[in-house]
Amino acid sequence: MSEMKKIKNLKEFSTSADRFEGANLLCPGCAHSIIVREVLNATNDDLILAASTGCLEVCTAVYPYTSWDASWIHIGFENGSTAVAGAEAMYKALKRKGRLKQPDREPKFVAFGGDGASYDIGFQWISGCFERGHNMMYVVLDNEVYANTGGQRSSSTPIGASTTTAPAGRVSYGEKMHKKNMMQIMAAHGSPYVAQVAPNKWKDMVKKIQTGFATEGPVFINAMSACTTEWKFLPEDTIAISDLATDSLVFPLYEIIGGTKLNITYRPKNVIPVKDYLGAQGRFKHLFKPENKHVLDEWQARVDRDWEYLQRREEASV
Amino acid sequence: MADKMELRDVEVWDGNMAASQALRQVQIDVVAAYPITPSTPIVENYGNYLANGYIDGEFVMVESEHAAMSGCIGAAAAGGRVATATSSQGFALMVETLYQASGMRLPIILNVVNRALAAPLNVNGDHSDMYLGRDSGWIQFDAYNPQHAYDLNFIAFRVAEDHEIRLPAMVHQDGFLTSHTAQGVKTMDDDTAYNFVGEFKPMNDMLDLDHPVTHGVQTEEDWHFEHKARQHNDLMTKVFPKIEAAFDAFEKMTGRRYNIVETYKTEDADAVVVCMGTSVETAYEVADELRADGKKVGVIGIRVVRPWPHAQIAEALKGIKAIGALDRSSPNGTFGMLYNELAGTVVNSGEVKVLTNYVYGLGGRDLTKVHLREIYAELLANAEAGKPTTPLQQLIGVRGPKISFH
Ligand SMILES: Cc1ncc(C[n+]2csc(CCOP(=O)(O)OP(=O)(O)O)c2C)c(N)n1
Ligand code: SF4
Repeated sequence: MSEMKKIKNLKEFSTSADRFEGANLLCPGCAHSIIVREVLNATNDDLILAASTGCLEVCTAVYPYTSWDASWIHIGFENGSTAVAGAEAMYKALKRKGRLKQPDREPKFVAFGGDGASYDIGFQWISGCFERGHNMMYVVLDNEVYANTGGQRSSSTPIGASTTTAPAGRVSYGEKMHKKNMMQIMAAHGSPYVAQVAPNKWKDMVKKIQTGFATEGPVFINAMSACTTEWKFLPEDTIAISDLATDSLVFPLYEIIGGTKLNITYRPKNVIPVKDYLGAQGRFKHLFKPENKHVLDEWQARVDRDWEYLQRREEASV
Repeated sequence: MADKMELRDVEVWDGNMAASQALRQVQIDVVAAYPITPSTPIVENYGNYLANGYIDGEFVMVESEHAAMSGCIGAAAAGGRVATATSSQGFALMVETLYQASGMRLPIILNVVNRALAAPLNVNGDHSDMYLGRDSGWIQFDAYNPQHAYDLNFIAFRVAEDHEIRLPAMVHQDGFLTSHTAQGVKTMDDDTAYNFVGEFKPMNDMLDLDHPVTHGVQTEEDWHFEHKARQHNDLMTKVFPKIEAAFDAFEKMTGRRYNIVETYKTEDADAVVVCMGTSVETAYEVADELRADGKKVGVIGIRVVRPWPHAQIAEALKGIKAIGALDRSSPNGTFGMLYNELAGTVVNSGEVKVLTNYVYGLGGRDLTKVHLREIYAELLANAEAGKPTTPLQQLIGVRGPKISFH
């Protein structure tokens, strides 16, 4: 078992051993980098990492440079999960055969993927890895859009967002579908630990990541990743936007243990209206036209309904 | 530690069994696999060895062939011996990852039991899948029978895992004709077989925790060309000497000789067919019969499809006047692949040769000795005339009116 890393304050946390360099090509204000740093810094364990094609990958391993000071692999858009699963299988085989170079160390296996790479094209691969029970963590950098290809909708894009393939226009309010509920889907895989996190609530996040690393079997983390470019807000506002998301309960923070037991891990003191969150981002600007009021209403109703559901699940403890 | 398996000197194995026994004997560390006819028994057999203690690697039964190769890539990058098997649609689904494996210089062995590509759906053999992978940067060996399927696996591992090569390799065999047809296969005992390949020596392995590595980077116009050029150069210049050396060492150990280009009665031949897979041995028989009638014919079997053995083929074709390129794959709007590749070689030979294309055996259709006799008769006429006397491309053994193209 790995030793749990003690993290006391943000300053110490943000300056601890750096396995993900600040030197990368991600946009200023990109939450991907904050999340990755929070995940990596949560542990002193050795790490074997994978990334799917997407902003994180293209911005951090541009030959002849690399931002990674831990073993890292990228294969394709859809198979970051299976890349890590293959490495984990090799680790098991070599351990049994006594051929590991550092036999007394137990690396953790982590794959990162965008929502496109996870909710859409890579879903089958993740599902396969979780069904087979690989000892790995899968982290979605959920910016609700295909950012790397310039802002097309994904099945994580929420209703009403304007994207390049579901643009708001004269007769359209943008995306028509609701965001796919990956948390429930992954919990239904029987994953021992599933959690939703946000980079602004870093203590909550670190705790969940550490719980994930201490868990045997496939762990799923859905990390809200505010994208300055596609959500259209100023780079310095990433954490402020993230606060609006968690405090409006658009991104409720919770965990599901053993596929059933649900715990809400953050209850805002003052829940703010959803429109405060939506209004802070360019992608929802058009929703504030009178003809789109029904979308705002639907948004609020949906968030209320989902929060109610989470609370009941927590209460019922099933 | 895995148990040893006692083998007789000669076992009656089909091609699938032969390939899976080779995977057992080299003690594969990780197999990630997905079943498809006719290659399925290879991974089933592997599972069986695992279940019975003859191997102690990891078997990851993934949810698709794309995942199978993805898992193999992750496992190989982690630093161990990796193999899998597939056919046809499974191979097609893997194609994206085939390029990734070779671009990352990962020595994975893929047994491809060749089968037609749908539509229409067909489970029998042709070389459409082999040709689909021909530009993917893998070394490609071709087995004509179960013995070859066994032997070439060892050679493939030895070449692919060589630190100067570090490229993935495929071993092809004909669906059903080889994969499901049992023959006497000369075996090696477990230690001899293992030692021919030796212990896997990792390089840039992700599991060397003190030396982290970055695999599968992004390169754009500033570096991509250099990487691809280097990979291509290594394929063109380094692989053949290593294969030769492996063939020599294998012959020394077993007495069985393999060649990059297999020539049969070609020295004084006027006409040859060039082919792959099981048709090579059928052609040997027909050549023998025609030779008995005084006809100067021979056979060239391609043993290594990639890298393309241009120089060896050019050498084998010296003095030959008429060539029939036998393609077991739908040309789908051009000449067959073998024809096209041969044309590139022939054009610089400095001799006048007549090259014609025979497309045969799609979806498992037999290539009979009668067909080959007819082909040879045409080729001899071409040799005599010094120009084509028949259409440049013909479809052999297809029902209905004769299909040919000038
Ligand atoms: C098979 C395949 N299809 C499409 C692409 C093009 N592509 C690369 S990244 C990307 C979108 C990535 O979106 P996401 O996974 O959400 O990550 P983000 O860039 O938003 O972090 C797409 C469509 C690809 N690389 N491979
Ligand atoms: S486009 Fe968005 S996700 Fe991509 S690097 Fe920029 S801020 Fe990050």
